[in-house]
Amino acid sequence: MLVNGEPVVLDVPPQVSLLDGLRDRLGLTGPKKGCDQGACGACTVLADGERIVSCLALAVQYDGREITTVEGVANLPGGAELQREFIKRDGFQCGFCTSGQICSALGMLAERESAPTREEIREGMSGNLCRCGAYNGIVDAIEGVAR
Amino acid sequence: MTAIGKAFDRMDGVIKTTGAAKFSGDQLYPGLAHAALTHASIARGRIVEINTTDATKVPGVLAVITHHNAPKMKLPTSRLGPAVTGGSVRCLNTDEVHWDGQPVALVVADTQEAARAAAARVHVAYEQLPSTVEFVAADATPQKSSMVQSGSARKGDAVAALASAPVSVDREYSTPPQNHNAIEPHTTTALWDGDRLTVHDSTQNIDGVRTTLSSAFGVALDNIHVRAEHVGGGFGGKFQVWPGTLLAVLAARVTGRPVRLMLSREAVYRTVGGRTPSVQRVAIGADHDGRMTSLIHTSATRLGRTGGSPEAVTVQSGHLYDAQNILLQQNVVELDLVANTAMRAPGEAIGTFALESTVDELAHELGMDPIELRMRNEPTRDPIGDKPFTRRNLRAAYELGAKEFGWEQRTPQPRSMRDGQWLVGWGVATAFHPPVHLVANATLRFSADGTALLRCAFHEMGMGAATAQAQITADALGIPFEAVRVEYGDSRLPVGPMAGGSNQTATVAGAVTAAAAKLRRALGGEVSVAALARKGKSHVEVSVGFGRMGNQVRLVSKFLRDKRNWVRATTGAQFCEVRVDADTGEIRVSRWVGAFDCGTVINPKTAASQLRGGIVLGIGTALSEETLVDPRTGRIMNPGLAEYHLPVHADVPRIDVHWLDEPDPTMPAGVLGVGEVGVTGAAAAVANAIFHATGKRVRDLPITLDKVV
Repeated sequence: MLVNGEPVVLDVPPQVSLLDGLRDRLGLTGPKKGCDQGACGACTVLADGERIVSCLALAVQYDGREITTVEGVANLPGGAELQREFIKRDGFQCGFCTSGQICSALGMLAERESAPTREEIREGMSGNLCRCGAYNGIVDAIEGVAR
Repeated sequence: MTAIGKAFDRMDGVIKTTGAAKFSGDQLYPGLAHAALTHASIARGRIVEINTTDATKVPGVLAVITHHNAPKMKLPTSRLGPAVTGGSVRCLNTDEVHWDGQPVALVVADTQEAARAAAARVHVAYEQLPSTVEFVAADATPQKSSMVQSGSARKGDAVAALASAPVSVDREYSTPPQNHNAIEPHTTTALWDGDRLTVHDSTQNIDGVRTTLSSAFGVALDNIHVRAEHVGGGFGGKFQVWPGTLLAVLAARVTGRPVRLMLSREAVYRTVGGRTPSVQRVAIGADHDGRMTSLIHTSATRLGRTGGSPEAVTVQSGHLYDAQNILLQQNVVELDLVANTAMRAPGEAIGTFALESTVDELAHELGMDPIELRMRNEPTRDPIGDKPFTRRNLRAAYELGAKEFGWEQRTPQPRSMRDGQWLVGWGVATAFHPPVHLVANATLRFSADGTALLRCAFHEMGMGAATAQAQITADALGIPFEAVRVEYGDSRLPVGPMAGGSNQTATVAGAVTAAAAKLRRALGGEVSVAALARKGKSHVEVSVGFGRMGNQVRLVSKFLRDKRNWVRATTGAQFCEVRVDADTGEIRVSRWVGAFDCGTVINPKTAASQLRGGIVLGIGTALSEETLVDPRTGRIMNPGLAEYHLPVHADVPRIDVHWLDEPDPTMPAGVLGVGEVGVTGAAAAVANAIFHATGKRVRDLPITLDKVV
């Protein structure tokens, strides 16, 4: 597997989720476990550029694939800019959902041909929960990069 | 003053956007083991047999701990003990079961997968005892008054005044149980080194965790190191020391390994209390000009039989309207459920829903604008206690909010503002929250390079606390914001306040201000590199605060002084626009303006986020959030984020927040907390807007579409 541009070998039993593999075996604790059932989006990572909830993915399924976590997004187009926008627009409070929001936003933008409207951003990001309620700032940050 | 009032970016911005911030579940110690819980499947009874054979056979299992083999833990026995531990049940030290979900076994294994698999293979046989789990308001009895909360209050004869009032409304409202649902599940990583303990805990109460663990495990306070640099949201759910924290430490003690217990989302619902449901009656009598002659607010809420604190549901009703006669009465019933606990604005979040809905109903009855009705009853002194307000400019907050929202464009008749398929409604409600003021210790150091270091064990769970305190410190010392460093979230630092009751910014600001004054004196009246050089020192450090007992005395005397002299509260005006589909009843909140009278705003960027966050919870309270408890078994039926519906991006419109920015004269730095006031009044504003859109008054939360079609 290629994780954040580095080749890694992850030797785990088949029941280990990609999330647990990344966090506990590779020490990449940026992706978070909020629900472990695909409902909150805090574990969102990019697999070959597509956003997935890594708690519902088995690590073994991603053999040979390219995974990007929040720790590696600065090297993607728009990644570092989005991180800066999150800070500038106060797109987080406690920071626990932030890794997932950032990965999900980059995945969403890559899914589209043109810049999304505010409404489309809200719709496209609705799989990523934020209990602190930083939604306005998150949408502002994504809008700032999408333009 | 130059730093206070500026919209600095958060100091933890970079680490939180790059994944570098380490939360309590992100600590990877060599040899880290994982724990999981087995939960009781009955509401009340006794464990007669617990079979751990299958669980022990799961490869990788290190220990299966039950009440048969668990070391004894000694919970704090003081009167405040259960208030700190959530409840009085000695989990794994008793065969008694007091709620469905109570931990009855603890499994420790090499991997999370093994721990979880084994926890499901612990077989328990119970002797069931009769239990009461269904919330029935009629079973509630009057709440006893305590030092911190009155169960009832009265002025004049509100019952008689209601009966003789020319105009009156008398309504019943209900609100469901809710759960905090911080996205970070409660997580503890514990590590013993002989008799020394290090605990990474997701807590809003570092000192409470430390003292509780000291008692439970018989270890000196100085041997316990609690760390909580980053907490993934709390909202009241991480204020107490729930069983998971104790059991993680126990698991580490038994196995001699570092142990992480990250509660599953289901385990959070089943072992950590949430907000009580309520049934409330609000009755208002008025003359034809809208002057209130009678205001009655009664409530029924529940407690766990083994813990929980009553919610002050009626408190705002004694302070918001200048009614000639007032009667407030809170009632409680104890049920065999997990202890309830405080959740963002306990009391006022749901109390304002009932009160502010009723005021809207009265306005409709009178044919009067709902803001006009409120302003006709705006008091100059506290109505129930006849004391001054420390500050009160709700009138100005309404003027500001109405202007920003464009309230004058509203047509009063329900269903009169249609936009095609959408029925448009505008609603308004008052926000009210009395912030707490606690005590904190701190040290402040000024160094020869011109920088300052503030050290205080306060909590950062999203409020932007460190950033705000750096701004306060910068101004107190007259140095740039960038020259201030802040250390927090660690029990080795001077004891800070717990994070709750919207106290933290003001409380720590009090310590910072005192420390800055002391530092100035130490440097001969001027904090500067030159002054330091004249003293011939590389740095000067001062500390403020007293010992544990001294702080208790300070706290109690401050509390009594506040209670005797004045009423202090953050207030605000919430304006909401909803769109309701005329055929399907789909409800969308489409616009929001909040205007608050919340004292000095230290950082407009982070304060706005706090206020917006409260409003987002208010939108969830109004439209979607509900914890479902099986009335037969006491089992929570929707313990997950797929079935308990938090507001998502698509549910939250642009929220504009404004404030008066007038300091409170009785609070450090003029600060009134903004963490909770945002949720108050918000559900009522939505309900009032829905009434305006549809002509349907819904008095039972959440307002789902079936209730409006």
